[in-house]
Amino acid sequence: MTENNKHLENLSEIRTLMEKSSRFISLSGLSGVAAGLFALSGIVAAYLYLPTVMKSGEYYKAAFTDNGEINFQFFSFFIVDASIVLLGSIVFGIYFTVRKSQKKQQAIWDNTSKRLLINLSIPLVTGAIFCFVLLYHGLIGLIAPATLIFYGLALINSSKYTLNDIRYLGIIEVILGLISSFFIGAGLLFWAIGFGVLHIIYGIVMYNKYEK
Amino acid sequence: MKTYIEDLNKAFESRIRLGIMSILMVNDSVDFATIKELLDITDGNLASHISALEKLEYLKVIKQFVGKKPNTSYSITKQGRKAFTNHLDALEKLLKNRA
Repeated sequence: MTENNKHLENLSEIRTLMEKSSRFISLSGLSGVAAGLFALSGIVAAYLYLPTVMKSGEYYKAAFTDNGEINFQFFSFFIVDASIVLLGSIVFGIYFTVRKSQKKQQAIWDNTSKRLLINLSIPLVTGAIFCFVLLYHGLIGLIAPATLIFYGLALINSSKYTLNDIRYLGIIEVILGLISSFFIGAGLLFWAIGFGVLHIIYGIVMYNKYEK
Repeated sequence: MKTYIEDLNKAFESRIRLGIMSILMVNDSVDFATIKELLDITDGNLASHISALEKLEYLKVIKQFVGKKPNTSYSITKQGRKAFTNHLDALEKLLKNRA
């Protein structure tokens, strides 16, 4: 019996080492919740600041004035708004993940986290450049769907290097992005679902599954 | 009834060697410091187990320079992968039969 226990212990140790050495398992669910909350407040801020534009259902048309010039108020607001959301998500995301990695005794900056970041960045940077291309051609309405699609692809691509559950979040984001590219006027609503609601739900599920 | 005990590989009796092989199974190559950190053991201890596994040709040593610093990393060989898989299979069968 003790012999059995020894083998069982060995097997579980093997499994832990395989996981720990190849996947970054310290990604915290709370990071997802924080990102979701920031995204939702960013969208609420947009509705408060630009109420008429947002309610028209064709928010993206406000990017240019009637004589075809760039609407600076619109752009500067969205750039500031998006930067705060992004920065807040990253800061809190790192905070909760560092906290979890200390609990798990996994190094925060090692091969697994580097690999995760590289594989997350490739589709993400591609998407960001592509969004600038859309902006360049004046296709503002397609930017929101494109961010969802590329973000989803980034998650799918990085799921091999962290908790596998992130794959399903990625697939849903891609589907959501594709649907929203047909309903261009509702881009921000899809954004709220994709970056806000989904992150919060995913974060809570992950927290309950791995961190309780 | 076959006991499967003879299928267990003697080379993997130590927990540290099991650990080294587990890490190498799922990574292309891993450097000394990372293995040391994951297993939480001393340099000397790790080095002796690594050289034992190297002698069996279960792992190969890759020496290279990162900038000016020498960096030693390890990767699993074909024989190593086969031997470790067989060992895991034997462990599994052993546990199933006893349960």
